[in-house]
Amino acid sequence: MTDLVFENIRLIDPEAGTDVSGRLLVREGRIAGQDKAGAEGRPENAQIIDGKGAVLSPGLVDMRVAIGEPGFEYRETIASCARAAVSGGVTTLAALPNSKPAIDEPALVRLLRGRGEETGLVSILPYGALTKGCNGEEMAELGMLREAGAVAFTDGIHAIADTKRMRQLLAYAKGVDALVVQHPEDPSLAKGGTATAGALATRMGLAQIPAAAEAILIARDIRLAEMTGARLHFGHVSTGEGLALIRQAKARGLTITCDTAPPYFALNEDAIGEFRTYAKLSPPLRAEDDRLAVCAALADGTIDAIASDHAPWDADDKRLPFAQASAGGTGLTTLLGVGLSLVHEGTLTLPQLIALITRNPARLLGSDAGTLRDGASADLCLFDPDSDWVVEAGSQPGRAQNTPFDGRSLKGRVLGTWKAGRRVYGGEAA
Amino acid sequence: MADTLARKHHLLGLEGMSAEEITPFLDLAANYALLSRSRTAPRDALRGRTVINMFFEDSTRTRTSFELAGKRLGADVINMTVATSSVNKGETLLDTAATLNAMRCDLLVVRHAQSGAPALLAQKVEASVVNAGDGMHEHPTQALLDALTIKRHLGTLSGLTVAICGDVGHSRVARSNIHLLTAMGSKVRLVGPPTLVPAAMASLGAVSIHHDMESGLRDADVVMTLRLQRERMGAGLVPSAREFFRFYGVDSRRLALAKPGALVMHPGPMNRGVEIASDVADSVQSVIQEQVEMGVAVRMAVLDRLSRMRTAS
Repeated sequence: MTDLVFENIRLIDPEAGTDVSGRLLVREGRIAGQDKAGAEGRPENAQIIDGKGAVLSPGLVDMRVAIGEPGFEYRETIASCARAAVSGGVTTLAALPNSKPAIDEPALVRLLRGRGEETGLVSILPYGALTKGCNGEEMAELGMLREAGAVAFTDGIHAIADTKRMRQLLAYAKGVDALVVQHPEDPSLAKGGTATAGALATRMGLAQIPAAAEAILIARDIRLAEMTGARLHFGHVSTGEGLALIRQAKARGLTITCDTAPPYFALNEDAIGEFRTYAKLSPPLRAEDDRLAVCAALADGTIDAIASDHAPWDADDKRLPFAQASAGGTGLTTLLGVGLSLVHEGTLTLPQLIALITRNPARLLGSDAGTLRDGASADLCLFDPDSDWVVEAGSQPGRAQNTPFDGRSLKGRVLGTWKAGRRVYGGEAA
Repeated sequence: MADTLARKHHLLGLEGMSAEEITPFLDLAANYALLSRSRTAPRDALRGRTVINMFFEDSTRTRTSFELAGKRLGADVINMTVATSSVNKGETLLDTAATLNAMRCDLLVVRHAQSGAPALLAQKVEASVVNAGDGMHEHPTQALLDALTIKRHLGTLSGLTVAICGDVGHSRVARSNIHLLTAMGSKVRLVGPPTLVPAAMASLGAVSIHHDMESGLRDADVVMTLRLQRERMGAGLVPSAREFFRFYGVDSRRLALAKPGALVMHPGPMNRGVEIASDVADSVQSVIQEQVEMGVAVRMAVLDRLSRMRTAS
């Protein structure tokens, strides 16, 4: 395997928290040091990659991705998902278990891991189902799933409704030292709803989900995590009230973490105006106050990670009256570009953003990805943070095209992606 | 939504429409009301045009009203009944749109249980789309006919106080009426229990919320009642029909709080003894039958104007 030397680059090392001009050496598919002098730093026969001042970071780690395979290949296959991922600089992704069948069998966990390796583009970290079939009732075989390589446990897009069951799941998960990831939405308050409660949903005549549905479940589950001592993570948190509860729990020393997704800091409920189903998400897009609260929680460190919350749907799943359309949007290709808006507007520094989409989620999931440490797999993302492009549904990499950011102009473009030292996205002219 | 009408020649809702945009519909409808009574409506106004009534939800009254409106103006009117159409065979709304395009339909009247369904169809069909009621969103021709009825009796649509009573939260009729009446310069009161009149309704404009009938009806010029669906009881929003009538029914005692001669209206069909007492429904103050008559005139005006806008563009 050819050695690589990245030169003329801005290196973002999320572990060191640094942002410096420099040089990175890759040998045998692994990172072999920064700014080494002389021949040691530029071995003979190494391929020199001139970054022309672009940023080099670890390949992105996306901790919330729905794939579609197995069971819903018409939406997205592992192969098409992987293509979308590397176009966005993502080299490691955690797959939700809501497939058909649900990922509640050790063999399925191994299958997903293996299918990820087969693509040669990405590593797939499978979530195990928290309950069999992700139906919220019978506990899945958490210990065996964990042995097979499940990185954490969740029912994905569904919350565990029953309080006693959630308590038992957390207690058992604690015993096998597993992280539990919860979809933070009170299922009974959310049932039948399609838009966040407020003036807009009232005008549009849409059944509503109050923002408090999030805080109510988060409050319950924080209390249960405290009772059981389990590690609990809330996915795609979208409200100021929910984030305030998580902030308080962290201050009390509880092992509570959370992530959010780009739509919740870059869009608000106005995006569903005129019944735009591509902006129908779960949880629903919120009011502007909540969007600002998500930005503030990113800035103060309450939010541990940003995940794309990629949810592929076919056009026929979306070309329906709003209430009947499926909820969710694609996000792999736009994760970095939308994330960079936080840097351009001054909410985060570039190293802070990169940590939220590399090292932090990797740590939460017990993965050794998301680092530039010597010896780590050379998963890398080279990007120009100032290059403009326009998101266009219909011409996105991957099969699914249901991006909520359709038509939006983004500043920040991926120039190249490397997986274990092999270029998997971008042309030669970096 | 303001320019939706002018640019695309659809009538999907009244939200965002100004008094200047609404008034021509009412003026033309007033004229058609007179011509209909004298049986001298111009039977060639829509000659050669095809109107398709597409009702994905049952409504004999509204469908008949549109059918009559189209026929009085000489259009070919087709009723597509959902029960026998391919809509129940898994055909999507947009496949239906493609079929309609192939049939060269000029005006498409749509009733659908889902908010936004007519807007979705309007993106895909070449015909002008008239929303005949979508989910909890809008029912623009109902609000126009209510306005025409009020104007005939009170001479104006500005400076009035209109109380809309009952199941406001689930009502497309209420939403369209709020948009229209506030645009014309009247005040709207929404009256009912908090489960049916949620606080967020206050965001709809110059409206106030009343959870008791006494404050809601006091000195009102118009008392509009809405049908209470039986399913609201099952959903735990109201305990029973009799409790609802006891606290929120429009009876003669409560009506006496409104201005003398205040108009009583109902979009129909009525639940007598639930949202409205029989004697009130049949009283001299009730204009409920006239609402039905004005419905045909308003729909004639809407079909005619949209058709002319199509021709002009």
